[in-house]
Amino acid sequence: MLAQIVFVATLFFTIALFYRSVRRIRRAILLGRKEVKNDHKKQRWKNVLLIAFGQKKMFKRPFPALLHLCVYLGFLIINIEIIEILIDGIFGTHRFLAPFLGLFYNVITLGAEVFMLLVFIACTIFLIRRYSGRVERFEKPEMRGWPRIDAAIILWTEIALVVALFIMNAADQVLQQRQVAPYHKAGFFPFSQFLIPFFSELPTQTLILTERSAWWAHILGVFAFLNYIPYSKHLHVFLAFPNTYYSDTGIVPLGKFAIDENVKKEVEAILKEQFDESAEETPPSFGAKDVFDLSWIDLLGAFTCTECGRCTAVCPANITGKKLSPRKIMMDVRDRCEMIVNVIEEKGEWEPDGKTLWDFISEEEVWACTTCNACAEECPVNINPVRIIMQLRQYKVMEESKVPEPWMAMFNNIENNGAPWPFAAADRFKWAEKITEE
Amino acid sequence: MQVEHISAYEHNPEALEVLLWVGCAPAFDDRAQKVLHAFVKILWHAKVKFAVLGTEETCTGDPAKRAGNEFLFQMQAMQNIQTLNHYKVKRIVTICPHCYNTLKNEYPALGGHYEVYHHTTFIAKLIEEGRLTIEGGAFQGKKIVYHDSCYLGRANQIYEIPRKLLQLLDAHLVEMPRCRANGLCCGAGGAQMFKEPEPGKKDISTERTEEALSLNPNYIAVACPFCMTMLTDGVKYAEQQDKVKVQDIAELLQQALKKKS
Repeated sequence: MLAQIVFVATLFFTIALFYRSVRRIRRAILLGRKEVKNDHKKQRWKNVLLIAFGQKKMFKRPFPALLHLCVYLGFLIINIEIIEILIDGIFGTHRFLAPFLGLFYNVITLGAEVFMLLVFIACTIFLIRRYSGRVERFEKPEMRGWPRIDAAIILWTEIALVVALFIMNAADQVLQQRQVAPYHKAGFFPFSQFLIPFFSELPTQTLILTERSAWWAHILGVFAFLNYIPYSKHLHVFLAFPNTYYSDTGIVPLGKFAIDENVKKEVEAILKEQFDESAEETPPSFGAKDVFDLSWIDLLGAFTCTECGRCTAVCPANITGKKLSPRKIMMDVRDRCEMIVNVIEEKGEWEPDGKTLWDFISEEEVWACTTCNACAEECPVNINPVRIIMQLRQYKVMEESKVPEPWMAMFNNIENNGAPWPFAAADRFKWAEKITEE
Repeated sequence: MQVEHISAYEHNPEALEVLLWVGCAPAFDDRAQKVLHAFVKILWHAKVKFAVLGTEETCTGDPAKRAGNEFLFQMQAMQNIQTLNHYKVKRIVTICPHCYNTLKNEYPALGGHYEVYHHTTFIAKLIEEGRLTIEGGAFQGKKIVYHDSCYLGRANQIYEIPRKLLQLLDAHLVEMPRCRANGLCCGAGGAQMFKEPEPGKKDISTERTEEALSLNPNYIAVACPFCMTMLTDGVKYAEQQDKVKVQDIAELLQQALKKKS
């Protein structure tokens, strides 16, 4: 009975904590400006199905994709197990589902063990890969410090959770053999049965203690992990779905950059020479100075990013040693959002802290982008760093007039000669005189 | 033959099959001009009724937009749209993927609605219509590697048409490891053409040219005037200009046009 009370209390605490985190992240994402995307619903759901659920883009790199698929399926199947654990925990039952499911229960436990083993193998390989120093994208400067530890915590936790389940199942099987109540005959455990020799000599009391400890360790681990996710880079397990839904694959070509409506109004006014002097509204600002100026969809992307670095690995600027890393852009945007939300949660409302997104991202990074869209194309969950980079550029150019000098010259040339180079507009048709017929 | 100015069609816009959007690089850059000449000859060969805006054309605004100057971009765009709409232009073909992308994707929201073709897609259309025949053979035994332009490929999903055109040459078409959706930028996109690169360990054009040269091609085929500049520079930097030619698809095809009997 005491165990049940402790369990229910922990469960409530877990849910309350998680709810708070969800609210916090929602608040952070909604710091961004409004952007409505409710067109092409069919295509959007198709993207969610293929890219988020189906992990289509992951399979550009088959080996890590396969390992990731194991962990993903393991995660899904373990959720079925967790339903039972919750029921057992609340009602003090043991393997509650077994009598109801009969033979199908064996299928579930079998499936769970298969995927748990795969999760174990995959996470081990992931750890080796990540920390061997051989995968270049994990060694970039933005991965130093916390991001590196974060990834290790996630992988080790997943391994620990699986190990706890294996120990629990092994001890359970010995207790089943000894017909100790409430360990009734249930389930089929193809892998943990090999651990039985380690437990078969132990006294029943120790076995029960082992089984219970493993059970608690596992569920408390799950609760802890659930509440760790919102603070980690692991949010993609939830946010990949909305992020893919609000992405533009199959809807807007990657080459089509948004038309700034505020600029459009101004340009139209200039061309029609209708300066509305009476307009008292403050002039709109252009581009992004801080995360407030980015679209909420850009911020959603920042929270979805799992720092895999595929974007950075294909970025021509990064490959050739420039400071720009699309992943760092996403990480910076998220860090800035978190910073702001912390102030809001602490003080009740936002009090400007004298900082902007530009304290995280340098001009040098922003200028280096070739807008080639390799990063956006590569992202397995359809995050688009180019959108953010473009808004940052727009801020520097249109608000601060801070531009690399040759670009300023290019702007002047376009304005004066209608071409980015200093050639006379009158010479624009001269090429036709030079055609030689053969 | 003479390249016609669009005013020739002012009272008869229906008779104009397509407007050739020249673009700044082809208008002023010597190398890109050769590509333009080759494409014009292809159009003549296929008896396409086309015209140009001549001095009434100005920069689409693409480099300004990508560099962050949305204001200048829209000024350029509105001006061009005014001209294009004045002449009742319906179809546009251009040899620059940057112009292509801007005209096709970004002008509609500002009031410019046209059917836009990149020269590769237009040539493919002419061939399909039977107005143009490419004679294989001229490039037999030659190795050609095609470099995807970002604004044609990833930006607009045009990967296969340029390749199909190159296959008509009977040459040996080879692919770089980074091709199609995984293609590596030449380094000129996003207005990089107009400034020095940020500090780094090498130029993007060098990285890309090395990849192309590792296949020992006779030709590096491009479909963009900026890629042309970057890869030509890259080949010169590698001192391979005597062995490897960087050519636009239009130039290669123009050399293989079947003479009319």
